Amino acid sequence: MTINYVLKRLGFFVLVIWVATSLIFIVPRLSGRNPIVERMGQTAGAAGIISSEGLEEMVKVWEAKFGLNQPLGKQYLYYLRDMLRFDFGYSFAYYPAKVVDRLAGAVPWTIGLFGMATLISFLLGSLAGALLAWPRSPRFLQYLLPLFLTLSAVPYYLLGLVLLFLFAFTIRIFPLGGGYSVAAVPSLSFPFVLDILHHSVLPGLALVLGGIGMWALHMRGMMVIGREEDYITFAEAKGLGGKRIFFRYALRNILLPQVTSLALSLGIVISGAILVEVVFGYPGLGTLLLKAVSGFDYNLINGVVFIIIIIVAVGTLLLDLLYPLIDPRITYHRRMR
Amino acid sequence: MNALRERLWGVAAYFRGNTKLLSGMSLILALVLFWLIGFLVVSPARSAPLAGLPSQLPSWQYPLGTDTHGRDLLAVIMMGTGFTLRIGFVAGAIGLGLGTILGFLSGYYGGLLDTVIKWTGDVLLTIPILAVLVVVAAMLAGTMSLNFMTLLVASLSWMLPTRAIRAQVLSMREQAYVQVARLSGMNHLEVIVKELMPNLLPYLAASFVVTSAGAVLALIGLEFLGLGPQDIPTLGMTIYWATSYAAILRGMWWWWAPPAVIIAVLFVGLFLVSAGLDEIVNPKLKRRGI
Repeated sequence: MTINYVLKRLGFFVLVIWVATSLIFIVPRLSGRNPIVERMGQTAGAAGIISSEGLEEMVKVWEAKFGLNQPLGKQYLYYLRDMLRFDFGYSFAYYPAKVVDRLAGAVPWTIGLFGMATLISFLLGSLAGALLAWPRSPRFLQYLLPLFLTLSAVPYYLLGLVLLFLFAFTIRIFPLGGGYSVAAVPSLSFPFVLDILHHSVLPGLALVLGGIGMWALHMRGMMVIGREEDYITFAEAKGLGGKRIFFRYALRNILLPQVTSLALSLGIVISGAILVEVVFGYPGLGTLLLKAVSGFDYNLINGVVFIIIIIVAVGTLLLDLLYPLIDPRITYHRRMR
Repeated sequence: MNALRERLWGVAAYFRGNTKLLSGMSLILALVLFWLIGFLVVSPARSAPLAGLPSQLPSWQYPLGTDTHGRDLLAVIMMGTGFTLRIGFVAGAIGLGLGTILGFLSGYYGGLLDTVIKWTGDVLLTIPILAVLVVVAAMLAGTMSLNFMTLLVASLSWMLPTRAIRAQVLSMREQAYVQVARLSGMNHLEVIVKELMPNLLPYLAASFVVTSAGAVLALIGLEFLGLGPQDIPTLGMTIYWATSYAAILRGMWWWWAPPAVIIAVLFVGLFLVSAGLDEIVNPKLKRRGI
């Protein structure tokens, strides 16, 4: 792994986070509207107050509190500083809780669900796809592919809705939602872990079922080319076993572009996972985001969105750093030079 | 006249060979028809709250029942289908337009401009767009119009078409026919419009479908979080209301299932069309059986 590559990747990582943070600061302000004024007007209207007397003063107080009366450049710098310190202020909806604490409670759930489901669907899908293009592989795979491709075209949360209806409402074998039973006491005991797993089967299944098809399709396309390579013929000529050729020669070489597409799709998959959480009321970032949005908890929205951006950026960075490690050709090139 | 007929036959024969494209187009066309029938027969007033009795089972009067607020759900999803299709096509067209311009600037002229466009695109592709959209939509909650949402989503969906078109232009730029065109005195604009564009048409079509699908996915995702337009019925908002009023637990399948089916049909249709277009763009795929 060359140091240049790592530095370049780190630079890209910083750039992505900076651009994303700036976007969520600037774009809402481009509309030229003042959400605080509108929000206060709505709240006052809902409370039956019609005259706007005193409203302006309240708006001024709030603007001073949020630093919105400062010049835009200064606001931007403060904003960047706060974001980098993970200081998102207080949550309105959960006051006096701080946004950071709410996030800390939700992030492990999302990463656990999203990470496991992505890993399972990536591995299963890639393996199935590679087998599809490999001679002497089971026939039934050929019939499964169209089914899984259709499922992968449908958004994850619709699969979630159907699974919820079928396996939690109609046939009651899985819970209707949440991360663990209401009666359970969170602890690191075996029954509690089992309870968590029981609750994450359906949301996880929605993500896995929706993901397998795409991975299989990509992998099959690459295996069709990969199986014709000279090194495969050579390995066969050497008399190596079929299993060894499949895993060590064919699979390993075509896994690389597959990891690249995994890195590229992280953003889409996590957006899907967030919405699946909403369907199941799973206690991760998605459900938190829904609560924040419906309560107009601006600080919390900002925090959740920032964390999602960080998760995707870190995930992409890790996958990119993994890339040289699994590429058999890179060490080869180094030795040649 | 004969030439035209032969051409049409050729197109028809091709469609018969490309089942993915044919079936995908049929699904999309079915949705357009569904919307059109609704547009002609059902009055929009029936999709408003209090148009009927609340929480009615499907019956002759309300073929898909009503929701808790008394909206006639058949009218709701017929109108919602139209809005969703419109968003997809408009956002797809704008995204593709931006992508084509940027892709050409980047691939044809190269240089610093190319570097800036390529990097901006790569950075934006790494950012989960839904997250950015949520912040904007939440700031403007309740006051978002359909057109504003469409523009917002379109402005963040140019990256993939830009990348695809840039790659094509890069490889075409060096081809002999482009060199000949340039030597014969065509200026850059003429080369782009007369020589490159016609060859790019299948790629443009494929990009359009992918961009439209991405835009609809983002918009329905926003609606699913309750951030869609409040004043018109959309498919995503219908599912949002259904889940927030626990339609599944109350056994009101007619509330959440029909919009879910329409969304699923739309995405499967778009997926099939794009797979079919891929076969045109890359005929080798078909021989490999992909």
